[in-house]
Amino acid sequence: MTANALEITGLRKRYGRKIAVADVSLRVAEGEIFGILGPNGAGKTTTVECAEGLRRPDRGTVRVFGIDPYRDRADARHLVGVQLQESQLPDKLTVAEAVTLYASFYPGHVDPGALITRLGLEEKRGTRYRKLSGGQKQRLSIALALVGSPRLVVFDELTTGLDPAARRESWKLVEELRDQGVTVVLVTHYADEAERLCDRVALIQDGRVAACGRPEELIDRAASGGAAIRAAHVTLDDAIVALTTGEPR
Amino acid sequence: MTVVAAQPVRPRPAARHSAARNLVVTEFKLLVREVVPLLWGVGFPMALLSVMGAFSSGPDKSLGGFSLVAAYEPVLIAFTAATFALQGLPAVFAGYRERGILRRLNATPVGAGRLLGAQLTVNIAVVLVATAGILVVGDAAFHVPLPGQPAGFLVALILTVTALLTLGLLVASVARTGRVAGAAGTMLFLPLMFFAGLWTPQATMPAALRSAGDDTPLGAAVAALQHSMSSEWPPAADLAILAGYTVAFGLLAWRLFRWE
Repeated sequence: MTANALEITGLRKRYGRKIAVADVSLRVAEGEIFGILGPNGAGKTTTVECAEGLRRPDRGTVRVFGIDPYRDRADARHLVGVQLQESQLPDKLTVAEAVTLYASFYPGHVDPGALITRLGLEEKRGTRYRKLSGGQKQRLSIALALVGSPRLVVFDELTTGLDPAARRESWKLVEELRDQGVTVVLVTHYADEAERLCDRVALIQDGRVAACGRPEELIDRAASGGAAIRAAHVTLDDAIVALTTGEPR
Repeated sequence: MTVVAAQPVRPRPAARHSAARNLVVTEFKLLVREVVPLLWGVGFPMALLSVMGAFSSGPDKSLGGFSLVAAYEPVLIAFTAATFALQGLPAVFAGYRERGILRRLNATPVGAGRLLGAQLTVNIAVVLVATAGILVVGDAAFHVPLPGQPAGFLVALILTVTALLTLGLLVASVARTGRVAGAAGTMLFLPLMFFAGLWTPQATMPAALRSAGDDTPLGAAVAALQHSMSSEWPPAADLAILAGYTVAFGLLAWRLFRWE
C-alpha cells in the first residue's frame, strides 16, 4: 500500500459563528495530483490551511506524511511547500533576493538560480516585486513553494489571473513535479484544470466533501445520476454543477 | 526533462542561523531602499544638530545652563528613536501582515517571529548608530561633551528604545493596515515629541506643562538622557516611568498581537 502524503479525518473549523469546514475527510496518496474543487467559500482554503499547519482544527485530525502539521510544525514545514492565495512580498525585494532568502530557510533547498531560470524569471532576477506583472508574481510564488525541495506542494489557486499560455505552462510544471514523485494538492475552481491534471478530485461544498474520485468517475456518476445534463460531451464542469446542485447525496 | 525540485544543494545544518541573519540583512536592505525613513530619522536630526550647533552661543541660563545644542542633543536622540519605533516599525510590520507576508513565512520552517526579530534588530541598530553619530558629531564639531555618566546614559537610552518600540508594536497590533499604522504612529509621534521638548525645550516649558510632560515616555526619556549627559545618574523616577511604559505597552502588544 502506498503511504499517504496527506490524511484528513473528520476536520471541522469555525471562525466565530461561521462554520468554514463542517466535516472533511480525504486521503492523498504519495505521488498523486489531488484536486480540491468547489464554489467560493466552500471551505477549500481553510482545509488546506489546516494541512499547511497555519490553522488548528477544532475537531478531527490532519496528518502530513504521518506528522501533525500544527503540533509538529517545525518538522512538517520542511516537507510541505505552499503557494498561498493573496500572499505578497515586500515591494522592493528583488526576485533573486526573495528566492535566495527563502532557500536559506530550508537545509535541503534546490539551487535558487536554476529554479528562477526554470520558472522563466531569469530576465527578472534583479527586478523588484512591485514591478513584476501578475503572472510573474505568480511564478515567483511558485518558486518559493518549490525552493525548499518539498515532498508535498499545495497550490491554492495556481492559475487564477494567468493568461491561457501561462496557465498551460503552470500545468506542465505540475506534471513535471509529479514525474519527480512530488505530491501535489491543487485547490482550484477551474474544472478543466482539474480534469486535465488531477488523478483524483474532491468536490467540497458547504464545508463537506460532496464527491470524491477520479474525474471520469465523477462525470459518469453525474451523467448516470439522472442529472439534467444535455450536452453531448459531459465535462467535469457539468458534473460538478450536477453533483453540487441537483443530485441528492 | 527539466528538473524542478530535485538536487538538494549543500545541505546546511546551520540553516536556521543563516536564515535569521539573512532576514536581518534583507530588512536592512529594504529600509535603505525606502530612503525616506533614513533621511527623516537620521538625516533630519543630524541637520538640526548642525543648525543648532552653528547658532549655539555658550551656556544659557534659560536652558538650565546648557548651550542650545547641548540642550537639544537628547531631544534629537529621542527624535531618532521615536521615528523608527513609531513611524517606521508599525507601518512596515502591519503592512507585512496586511499583505500576507507574515502568513507566508509562518508556512516555512522559519516562521514570522523571526521576521519580527529582524525588524526589531534593524531598528534598534539604526537608532544606536544614529545616537552614536549625534554624540560624536556634537562632541567633535560643537563642543558638547560626551555623556559624563556613560553607564547611566546607556540605561536611559535602552529604556527609551524599549518603551518606544513596545508602543510601536502595540500600534502594529491594533492597526489593521500598514497605512493606518503609519497614521496612528505619526499621531502619537507629534504630541510625544512635544513633551520631549522638540518645539519648546523642557527647561523653558511652564511648570505645570513640564510636570505633566515628565510622565510621558519622551518627557521622561529626555530628562533621563539630559541628566546622564552631565555627570549625573539619571533620576530613578524617570527610569521607572520608562520601564513602566515598556512593561505596559509590551504586555498590551503581546495580548493584542495578531499574525494575520
